Amino acid sequence: MKQELLQLKNLRTSFRIGDEYYAAVDDVSLTVNKNEVLAVVGESGCGKSALAFSVMGLHTRAKIEGNILFKDHDLAHASPGTMNRLRGKDLGMIFQDPLTALNPLMIIGDQIGEVIYLHNKTLSQANRKKKVLELLDKVGIPRPEHTYNQYPHELSGGMRQRVVIAIAIANDPELLIADEPTTALDATIQSQILDLITRLKKDMHAGIILITHDLGVVAEMADRVAVMYAGEIVEIADVMTLFGRPLHPYTRSLLNSVPNAEKDQDELHVIQGIVPSLKNLPREGCRFKDRIPWLDESAHEENPQMHEVTPGHFVRCTCYKHFHFPKERKEEKHHGIS
Amino acid sequence: MNGMWKFTVRRILIMIPQVVLLSILVFIMAKMMPGDALSGLMDPNLDPATLEELREKLGLNDPWYTQYIHWIGDLFHGDMGESFRYKMPVSELIGQRMVNTFWLSLVTLILIYLISVPLGIISGRYNDSLLDQAITGYTYIGFATPLFIFALVLLWIFGFQFGWFPTGGSVTPGSTPGTLDYISSKLYHLLLPAISMALIGTVGTVQYLRNEIIDTKQKDFILTARAKGASESRVYNRHVLRNSLLPIAAFFGYEITGLISGTVFVESIYTYPGMGQLFLESITTRDYSVATALTLLFGIAAILGTLISDIILSLVDPRIRIK
Repeated sequence: MKQELLQLKNLRTSFRIGDEYYAAVDDVSLTVNKNEVLAVVGESGCGKSALAFSVMGLHTRAKIEGNILFKDHDLAHASPGTMNRLRGKDLGMIFQDPLTALNPLMIIGDQIGEVIYLHNKTLSQANRKKKVLELLDKVGIPRPEHTYNQYPHELSGGMRQRVVIAIAIANDPELLIADEPTTALDATIQSQILDLITRLKKDMHAGIILITHDLGVVAEMADRVAVMYAGEIVEIADVMTLFGRPLHPYTRSLLNSVPNAEKDQDELHVIQGIVPSLKNLPREGCRFKDRIPWLDESAHEENPQMHEVTPGHFVRCTCYKHFHFPKERKEEKHHGIS
Repeated sequence: MNGMWKFTVRRILIMIPQVVLLSILVFIMAKMMPGDALSGLMDPNLDPATLEELREKLGLNDPWYTQYIHWIGDLFHGDMGESFRYKMPVSELIGQRMVNTFWLSLVTLILIYLISVPLGIISGRYNDSLLDQAITGYTYIGFATPLFIFALVLLWIFGFQFGWFPTGGSVTPGSTPGTLDYISSKLYHLLLPAISMALIGTVGTVQYLRNEIIDTKQKDFILTARAKGASESRVYNRHVLRNSLLPIAAFFGYEITGLISGTVFVESIYTYPGMGQLFLESITTRDYSVATALTLLFGIAAILGTLISDIILSLVDPRIRIK
């Protein structure tokens, strides 16, 4: 049975530029269920990380509207004290860059020990150390006793990311947010870290929000996928449906731009244009309109809504019904070898 | 801790060539000054031939490196020559003054850190608040104000107008060394010079600390700390502060160099009998042996300052120790 763990209702996270607030996350509603991996995908700057930070309450100077419902709390309006009790305990977060996510002046043991101490102050020091060593072992650090006393700069990027993961899972969180956990790592290390997260997922019973722009990671790990564009969710579906029958033009463009080793491809599909900056986001009509200019204006909805196409599969705007890829213009084609 | 010792020993070894180079520079500069050790000592009516003979006898006509070796050799025996003005050995003369300057510098340093650390922390933690703007304003004024003017103004206001502080000397004449009265009188005499130096000397550290804190609190590991559920005060005390204080430790050496130039002004203005005052005096009266010895000592103090900085830095920053 599906059990709702986290529910976002009309979440709007805005940042101040000059005297105006601009929403980086604009009216996002979604749910995360227990034991489920929800992937949030999109280009850089589409609001994925802003969404994650809003749930964790890590924005210091943002205006947050709407509701973030989690275990009888509304995180959007929770007091700092409440947030501190939840963070590190029920909410865990894996950060993007393991090279900067650890305190350079603290030994690894103390960094992991701190999160245990903060939520269990009565635990004896010896027991805490024991727990830290178990965690290090759990995340696949070969010599926990040795690493316990090491400083971050003595570890490789992959090892540091394991430590970051150990911090995130130390208190068995119910919701784990992984913000592009493999982006900063080498390709070989990436798959190791993904394997680790997949393995941990099995015995953790946590809901996971996986923020990524890597569709390979999504295919491998996610149960459901939310596609974000310019602060909005444009399509949500379970992972099989989304890869099997993507509907929104943006989703289809994203999938189409993944290089395919099986098909004979002369060129890589590139989505026209760039994600508009926060200040210049189109706030009216279909936000993806400008990047598919070959579609007729009438294809778009005036005020795009989410439409449930099949149960659990939602798409924004009506333009998906009319979407086709632009006809290739031969003279602009770039071949790999000429 | 083993790495720590290796680092410290290596760092001290590096100091030796620095000091040797410094002594050569000081010696050459002293030689380049007009006149020599005899110029002030001799009767101007003396026969030039006799003077030349004396020069030859004292080795003043030897090549500079021979003279340098002699000079260094004497230095090692604590012989820095004779002050022609005070008619006493330079080592003895400086010895008396050094104690005064040491206490003045120490009190100034303590005041500097007592003022700058809290101000820097407040300014950095609550940056762009009204309080921060006030503190930043103070640092700008401090940067713009020359120490010798500021010290004069303080002396005039608190020494002469209000009469709260003594206007010269390092101790009330007639008090017996070793008594409590003597010590408190010493402290009383150096307080105003120390305050004037500290109020100006602190601004660099305040700004430095402020910028470091603002910089550190935007680092990713601060987010990690928050994500652990650490309270705001814990985030600052455990994570921001220690990382921000690193450069302050590195700054310590420069602080000592700054103190040296500070004491030269402040001691002269407050007629405080220390090395700085002696230095200025020795230059204006062309007391060569004193000026040379003081330059060397100041140089060594600066080198020691950076040594202390590096050792402190290696104590608090594990990344330096390993290399």
